[in-house]
Amino acid sequence: MSTRLESLGRLIDRSQPMTFTFNGRSFKGYAGDTLASALLGADQMMLGRSFKYHRPRGAVASGAEEPNALVGLGQGGRFEPDQRATTTEIFPGLVAKSQNHWPSLEYDIGAVNSLFARFLPAGFYYKTFMAPPAAWKTVFEPFIRQSAGLGAVPEEPDADRYEHLYHHADVAVVGGGVAGLAAAKAAAATGVKVLLLEQSAHWGGRAPVDGGEIDGMAAEDWVSASVAELEAAPNVTMRLRMQGFGVYDHGYLIAHERVGDHAPGEAAPRHRLWRIRAGRIVTATGALERPLAFAGNDVPGVMLASAMRDYLVNWGVAIGRRVVVVTNNDDAYRTALAFKSAGLDVAAVLDARASVISPLAQAAREAGISVLEGRGIGAVKGRNRVSGVLAVRQQGDGGAGEEIACDAVAMSGGWSPVVHLWSHCGGKLLWDEADAMFRPDPARAPSGADGAGFVLTAGSASGALTLAGGLADAHAAGKAAGRAMGGKASRKAAPKAGAEASQPIAPVWIMPEGAGPAKRAKMWLDFQNDVKVSDVQLAAREGYQSVEHTKRYTTLGMATDQGKLSNINGLAVLSQALSQPIPATGTTTFRPPYTPVSFGAIAGEAAGELFQPVRQTPIHAWHEAHHAHWEPVGHWRRPYAYLRGTETPADAVTREVVNTRENVGLLDASTLGKIVVKGPDAGRFLDMLYTGMMSTLPVGKCRYGLMCNENGFLIDDGVVARLDDDTWLCHTTTGGADRIHAHMEEWLQTEWWDWRVYTANLTEQYAQIAVVGPKARAVLEALGGMDVSREALPFMTWAEGELGGFPVRLFRISFSGELSYEIAVPASMGQALWDRLWQAGQTRGIMPYGTETLHVLRAEKGFIMIGDETDGTVIPQDLGLNWAISKKKDDYLGKRAQSRSFMASEDRWRLVGLETLDGSVIPDGAYVVAEGRNANGQRNMQGRVTSTYYSPTLKRGIAMGLVAHGPERMGEVVTIPTIGGPAIKAKIVDPVFYDKEGAKQDV
Amino acid sequence: MRRYSAFAIAREGLRYHTGWERAWASPEPKKRYDAIVVGAGGHGLATAYYLGKNHGIKNVAVIEKGWLGGGNTGRNTTIIRSNYLQDPSAAIYEKARSLYETMSQDLNMNVMFSPRGVIMLAQTHHEVRGYQRTAHANALQGVATEWIGPQRVKELVPIIRLDGPRYPVLGGLWQPRGGTARHDAVAWAYARACSAMGMDIIQNCAVTGIETEDGAVKAVNTTKGRIETAKLALVVAGHSSELAGMAGFRLPIESVALQALVSEPIKPAMDVVVMANTVHGYMSQSDKGEMVIGGGTDGFNNYTQRGSFHHVEETVRALVETFPMLSRLKMMRQWGGIVDMTGDRSPILSKTPVGGIYVNAGWGTGGFKSIPGSGWAMAELVAKDAPGPLAAAFGLDRFREGRFIDESVAAGVAH
Amino acid sequence: MLILECPYCGIMADETELTPGGEAHLKRATVGSTDDAFESYLFDRKNPKGVHFERWRHSAGCGKWFHAARSTTTLEVYGTYAAQVSEPPKELVAKIKKKCPGWEGWQ
Repeated sequence: MSTRLESLGRLIDRSQPMTFTFNGRSFKGYAGDTLASALLGADQMMLGRSFKYHRPRGAVASGAEEPNALVGLGQGGRFEPDQRATTTEIFPGLVAKSQNHWPSLEYDIGAVNSLFARFLPAGFYYKTFMAPPAAWKTVFEPFIRQSAGLGAVPEEPDADRYEHLYHHADVAVVGGGVAGLAAAKAAAATGVKVLLLEQSAHWGGRAPVDGGEIDGMAAEDWVSASVAELEAAPNVTMRLRMQGFGVYDHGYLIAHERVGDHAPGEAAPRHRLWRIRAGRIVTATGALERPLAFAGNDVPGVMLASAMRDYLVNWGVAIGRRVVVVTNNDDAYRTALAFKSAGLDVAAVLDARASVISPLAQAAREAGISVLEGRGIGAVKGRNRVSGVLAVRQQGDGGAGEEIACDAVAMSGGWSPVVHLWSHCGGKLLWDEADAMFRPDPARAPSGADGAGFVLTAGSASGALTLAGGLADAHAAGKAAGRAMGGKASRKAAPKAGAEASQPIAPVWIMPEGAGPAKRAKMWLDFQNDVKVSDVQLAAREGYQSVEHTKRYTTLGMATDQGKLSNINGLAVLSQALSQPIPATGTTTFRPPYTPVSFGAIAGEAAGELFQPVRQTPIHAWHEAHHAHWEPVGHWRRPYAYLRGTETPADAVTREVVNTRENVGLLDASTLGKIVVKGPDAGRFLDMLYTGMMSTLPVGKCRYGLMCNENGFLIDDGVVARLDDDTWLCHTTTGGADRIHAHMEEWLQTEWWDWRVYTANLTEQYAQIAVVGPKARAVLEALGGMDVSREALPFMTWAEGELGGFPVRLFRISFSGELSYEIAVPASMGQALWDRLWQAGQTRGIMPYGTETLHVLRAEKGFIMIGDETDGTVIPQDLGLNWAISKKKDDYLGKRAQSRSFMASEDRWRLVGLETLDGSVIPDGAYVVAEGRNANGQRNMQGRVTSTYYSPTLKRGIAMGLVAHGPERMGEVVTIPTIGGPAIKAKIVDPVFYDKEGAKQDV
Repeated sequence: MRRYSAFAIAREGLRYHTGWERAWASPEPKKRYDAIVVGAGGHGLATAYYLGKNHGIKNVAVIEKGWLGGGNTGRNTTIIRSNYLQDPSAAIYEKARSLYETMSQDLNMNVMFSPRGVIMLAQTHHEVRGYQRTAHANALQGVATEWIGPQRVKELVPIIRLDGPRYPVLGGLWQPRGGTARHDAVAWAYARACSAMGMDIIQNCAVTGIETEDGAVKAVNTTKGRIETAKLALVVAGHSSELAGMAGFRLPIESVALQALVSEPIKPAMDVVVMANTVHGYMSQSDKGEMVIGGGTDGFNNYTQRGSFHHVEETVRALVETFPMLSRLKMMRQWGGIVDMTGDRSPILSKTPVGGIYVNAGWGTGGFKSIPGSGWAMAELVAKDAPGPLAAAFGLDRFREGRFIDESVAAGVAH
Repeated sequence: MLILECPYCGIMADETELTPGGEAHLKRATVGSTDDAFESYLFDRKNPKGVHFERWRHSAGCGKWFHAARSTTTLEVYGTYAAQVSEPPKELVAKIKKKCPGWEGWQ
């Protein structure tokens, strides 16, 4: 019977009772309770079901290492599965449900698996469910999936918010137990900037539970004094409820602060992710007690001895009224003594060691506790809770023994330092034979940017398990970290505690030593994943001898606790099975996070509208007001078309195309890249960058240019204007602006660094508006101020001036085949100019048009589009753009590449127009097939469609494509299969469908 | 080899599973083998298996520096698909996918191939066109894929948000027979089958040097001694450049870290595999209930099997946008692997400048899904000293000729 | 999360401010080179386990390209230096030699 005592409970405030529900039933707890302590205080022993066999399970631990007591917490938009009850602070109105059972925690159909456990050993699923082949996906797997999984699925959008925070510290101390406090004090005394974090809501860790004196004070008082001292120090930042969960390269520490978990609501972010850059990281992360492997060690009521002591001292909860303690080391005697002094019954201490003479055992004996030497547990009685144990000789096979009635079992298999953070970045471990544990090897610390070790360990995380030893170690670590970061010498002395005499641990992994197979199949190693001693031994027998093989074959250590309680026991059992020393087996890799971290916290504030910035042109609001159907283009939003009334986007495109060809259209081209290239060597530079010759372009003129990468492929195109003697303005595609600017800088800085050239990406400095169509000139003339006649401003020239009072750069360029002007103004004037053009165009049938109309207009003219006709595998020669490749130049980026055999081949697919015989529109992405199949049985292909549209101008489908020997096959009819329809026949034609002479643009 | 079956489990269950034999033997190396495969990952073991099964070459050793299956085979997100754009890729990945269909039966070990279907989301118009192109190509390549609209995506993935403010879901490329398999089991099953054919799988044996004579391979020196062979297959993702260096040539490869992570397990929430290339994230739910998540690679050369956390943040952020329910799940574990990226991001299955040495490398992020096809093609290359049709396009000569196999074309990136 | 000193700004820049640019000190092969030489320039990479000379750009900072000598196995950064050189500074090479006795040198 687990009960709340009248006394003890240093962490709870009995003046603040709180009610909450668990599985729909109302419970009472106190401020300071965890969900686990409150439930245990009300005798709710069973808290969940295990993963595989659905065994009844209670809490086995009291902190972050808990594998069993996982619950679904909260409701609706605040529901969260797989929450550890042992680290969940209760609050009024908390709602929790146990997991992984149906129909209820007490009566779970899935527990039938337990009856067949002997037929469900480790890896059984690898050996069966193979016939018939389809049955795995349709029959077996759905069953396994439904019975696996733990928590329920959150169904509503997250009601909480999260945030990220940066922090820089010279020394970050992870863990706020006495070691962490001592390390932080020692580091702070050197004058450096210190950050101290503690995962729980309380400073001091285990020491106040375990007792002892530090610097002549009770441990608890020393903790208070130390916290006060650190809080007063200007160079120290302290945080509770914050776990440093991962150490990353070059001193990067990520921590997870649970800001609102204990007080849910809108007021604060729920979690905060800290991105900490620290010069040195001191891990004062303590040690975890190991369970012992005996038959029935998973029955609710069997608990780590230290956890049982925690519940008693911290929360005033007695897990049993009559307790059996089973141990292989001294520490568990503290639990026996604590129970005894709380007036509870300690039935016996079963100590696996043959002879026990340590002072703690002596104290237990003096308190009247029966200490049985050389004993272990042969079996636990009880199903849903402990009713007794069979005490047996550790040396024997567990066959005979003495039955001891009890309602709880406290077990201790020794302690393992928490080495996770030390190991994340490659810190190495060594096996400490005396204390039977892996501990950090200070000689092989994880190294940082400067090659020096940047993680230090403190206290029991170093393997210094005694109070005195741990404090001395922690003080030294804090001091060393501070000094390494340039801190001053400090005379601050290490905290002192009395030395404790102790008797060494007996490395006992299985209890009793000679237990037979039936017992070993009931000794749990990994509680959550239901991995037993017999499973690890089976893995070893089958050749899964590497510790990683064993882990993966048995799933040992792969549960949500990531093996905090099971890994060391498991690898010890494996080592025994392989008859090799434990260090020869080694550990599995420690990976972040130390405990699971919410994805919400990892994502941070960047959710919803803040997920990624949206780039908007100066005219964005106007588009929005005029019913733009938006298209994301990179980070930009561009109008795809402007919908009028009940129009579909396709209707709108047809209207916009026709109007632009007949009247005048307005396009917001502000997203086009605009890069200024300037300097004495700018012409020479552009000649290397473009396939054409830019150095000879006269001032005042424009020229179309192609850019390739060094591998020969076409990467961007655009019109280049020469602004003055040493200045060129390079237009790029919308998606290319940043990329091409970076490309230019890369070549300038890393190859031709002695060339005197400067570049500036002015894309966002200018708004650019295209006025397109036969009436474009009339619109501009209505604004007045510049001579926009053919004579004054011929095709492919530009001029600077004042148009309607706006300072503009006016380009006579066309991507539509129509008379067209592109007007650049400072971005701040973009909307005003647009408004003026819009007004001036009202009597001339002006309409705005979007990107799809832009595409159709250019496709009718056979103009290529980067990203459609090109895909990173196309060279200019494929596109019939030889005219844009200078024959006079020795070199340009991509020239050498284009002479390689495959690129120079005549067999490459080349650009043509495709005209369907029936006038239909070819589907996007279709291929042109050839006869037969290739050696791999695939249909032979001879080309593909790169752009395909309905042309409102020609009232039929038009397409461009790349076809083998295409330009030599004009008039030939090819076959284009469609998906789910008849193949399309199309004639190979010239890609220019409209105004082949180019008469309309040059007027 | 004693066969695995439900009957065998029942029999063993009655005697506490004491009668199971080793899945594979653990011998010391012999002086000489007809062929040596370096690397006992999925690709290396599959190469050895098909050398024996398809070509009758069974005097084979597979040498492994660490533990078998311990490289990228055991670190990936277990996705299997073959919806590739370019002919050579579609051919080899579809060969692999079709071999996965019957792998459990062929190898008598349940690798849990689960054709739960793979969706590649299109979240920009550019991606829509790219995947429609892929669907057309796949139809001609004999790869069963289909372009589906947003509503069908929602039916297949009820937890998805179609109308996210930044990247709405415009549709997807759906491969119904794509899916997942149990990655470790693939390596174990091949190892067991190789061992049963009498091949030697030698773990904890690192190659320290490669001996050549008259431009051809003669022997490898290892931490377990010198072993002679006339055929040496290097199948060592993450170590390819180093091994090539021992043989005296360079590869068009850079090694970078690729990260993955899993959530805590929950009850079934998503039956299919979803990939979102625009936001660089992909996700499936394992049989244990974990959401298995992968993202992009770090951009710098790295052999540490650790990546940078900001990439994890980016991947998670993107997936939380697309799957809002994720926000209240928790990351349970993250890890990294080292992938070899080639000059065109497609793999290399090739003869090398040294006679008798063959290289299988550069699978980048696509390694696991290709294992059986890669092994099949590599075995043919090694056995015949010439590539068969599956490997023909993946030779090293393509980098000299400018004949690339570029799959980024359809990935929604504007190159 | 690597941290590298930008030799232009003199600040320690987080990896998120930087863009990696692959192997450094490649010699451009162009028109007139053999196919082998051109292939080697474009594709063949040392990809060493150990000291790697590489290019980075301080893209979210000053925008400058620079070089770093970094270990690909420990991630130790031996030094950073300007991009406008065709080989690493002699002092840096000497420093690395001292730290890594078995190192074969930068070429």
